[in-house]
Amino acid sequence: MAYETIEFEITEGVAVLTLNRPQSLNSFNTDMHAEVRDALKTVKKSAEVRCLVLTGNGRGFCAGQDLSDRNVAPGTEAPNLGESIEKNYSPLIRTLMGLEMPVICAVNGVAAGAGANIAFACDIVLAAKSASFIQAFCKIGLVPDCGGTWSLPNLVGRARAMGLAMLGDKVKAEQAEQWGMIWKAVDDEALKDEAMKLAKHLATQPTKGLALIKRAINASATNDMDAQLDLERDLQTLAGRTDDYREGVAAFMEKRQPNFKGQ
Amino acid sequence: MQDLQDIIVSDVQKGVLTITLNRPEAYNALRTNLLQEMADTLDAAVLNDDVKAVLVTGGEKVFAAGADIKEMASLDAVGVMNDPRPTYWRRINAFPKPMVAAVNGFALGGGCELMMHCDIVIAGDNAQFGQPEINLGIIPGAGGTQRLVRAVGKSMAMQLVLSGEFISAEQGRDFGLVSEVVIPERTLERARQLAEKIATKPPIAVRLAKEAILKSYETTLDSGLNLERKAFTMLAATEDRNEGIAAFMEKRKPNFTGK
Repeated sequence: MAYETIEFEITEGVAVLTLNRPQSLNSFNTDMHAEVRDALKTVKKSAEVRCLVLTGNGRGFCAGQDLSDRNVAPGTEAPNLGESIEKNYSPLIRTLMGLEMPVICAVNGVAAGAGANIAFACDIVLAAKSASFIQAFCKIGLVPDCGGTWSLPNLVGRARAMGLAMLGDKVKAEQAEQWGMIWKAVDDEALKDEAMKLAKHLATQPTKGLALIKRAINASATNDMDAQLDLERDLQTLAGRTDDYREGVAAFMEKRQPNFKGQ
Repeated sequence: MQDLQDIIVSDVQKGVLTITLNRPEAYNALRTNLLQEMADTLDAAVLNDDVKAVLVTGGEKVFAAGADIKEMASLDAVGVMNDPRPTYWRRINAFPKPMVAAVNGFALGGGCELMMHCDIVIAGDNAQFGQPEINLGIIPGAGGTQRLVRAVGKSMAMQLVLSGEFISAEQGRDFGLVSEVVIPERTLERARQLAEKIATKPPIAVRLAKEAILKSYETTLDSGLNLERKAFTMLAATEDRNEGIAAFMEKRKPNFTGK
C-alpha cells in the first residue's frame, strides 16, 4: 500500500518507519494508525528485517492523539476513548514490545502524550537534545495510556512517575537520559546518524538472541525472581539451539569476527 | 488400525504415546473422524503395556479451535440424536491411563473440552480457552458445561459458556484449568517431561490414583474415601508396592515392573 502519513523503507536488514504528518507534529489520526499497523505487519513478516527504527519528520516526534479527530462539544455524548485505545493504541504497543528484534526510537523533537509512551515502548531510545517528553494527559483530564503508567514507574521510579503524570512537566532529553528514562541524548544533527549506526550494528547481531533478551526483560516487570529464573532457563535453552550461538562460540575460539545470520 | 487422517500417533518412547492433532488447515477442528481416530488409538493403548502415559498436543500454534462447524451444520435434530460423537467422547473419557495435554494457542469449544478430558494440562502463555458455542446458538456438548464448573467454579464457567468470551493461559492457571504456563516453545517439552516422569512410576498405582481422583467428581466424600481405601489396600498386593517401600528403606532407586 502507498503511504500518506508515514514513510517506510527497508535497507540492509534495517526497517525505518518515519511518522510523517509534520504539520500536526505527527499526531495520530485513524489513517496513520492504519498505515503504521500495515508497515509493522511487514516488519513482522519480513525475514530480512533484523532491526526497526521509529522516528518522525519535522519538529516533533509525535504529539500523541490528533485531538481535532475528536469531537467533545458541550451537550454531546461523552466519547468512548477506551474504544480507540483497544482498537489502535494498545495493539500498537503490544506489537512494538512483541517484535522479535530490537526496536530503536529516534526521538527527533517533542514527544507528547501517547507519543512519549510509544517511545518508551521501544527497546533503545535516542533523543535529540532539543527533544522533550511530556505526559500531557493530566492537563486535559486524562490518564497516560500506551502503557505509560506501566513503563514510567519502571523507567524512573514511582515518585518521578507520579510527578510527571500528575504535573505534566516537560522533561528535556538530557534530563531524561540522567533519569534513566532513555538510553542517550545526542546532538540534534547527529541523531539520525547515531540511530542508523546503532541499527546497522544491531542488524548484524544475533537477532534471535536479542529477541529473547527483550522477552526476558519485558517479562521481568511482572515476574517474581523465581518465575524469572525459570524463564531465563527456558529462553537460554532456546538461545543455545540457535546457529548464531554456535557461530559466536566458534568465532571466539578461532579468534575471528563472527558472522551472525539472526537464526 | 486403518490409516490415520486427522491425528499423528508416535511410536511409544520412554513409555509415552504422543497423539498430535493434525488438521492444520482447519485449526485442528475436531471432526467426527478425528474423534473416532482418538478413541480407537486410546482403546488400543489401553491394551498396550508399553504405553504408560499419553501426551496429547496440537503442536506449536494451536491446540484445537472447536468442533467442525461445517459437519455440524449438516445435522438436523434426528441426525444429532444419532450422532456417534458422544460414543467417541465416552471412550476417550474412559481411558484409564494418565493423559497430559500440551496446549498452545486456541483451545476452544470442543478443543477446550478435549483438553479437559486430559488429566494434566501444560499451556503455553499464548494459549486461549473458551466455550464459544453460544455464539452459534448451541451449547457445549462434550462436557463443557460440566467439567468447566468443576475446574473453574460457577461464576467463571457461566461467564465463559454464556458470553463466549475467551480467557488467557494465566487466567486458566489462576482458575485451575491448567497447572503450568510456560513459553510456547517449551510447552510440548515440559508436558513430555511430565508424561515421561509419570511413565516411570508404578503403573498400577498410577491407574488407581487417577481413578480415585476422577471418582471425586462422581460421588460423595464418604464413597470416595471408601474407594481410595480399597485401592490403597489392593496396592498392598502388588510387587511394585513392596519394591517401592524396600527401595526407600534401602536408600536405592526402585525398579518397578508393573506387577
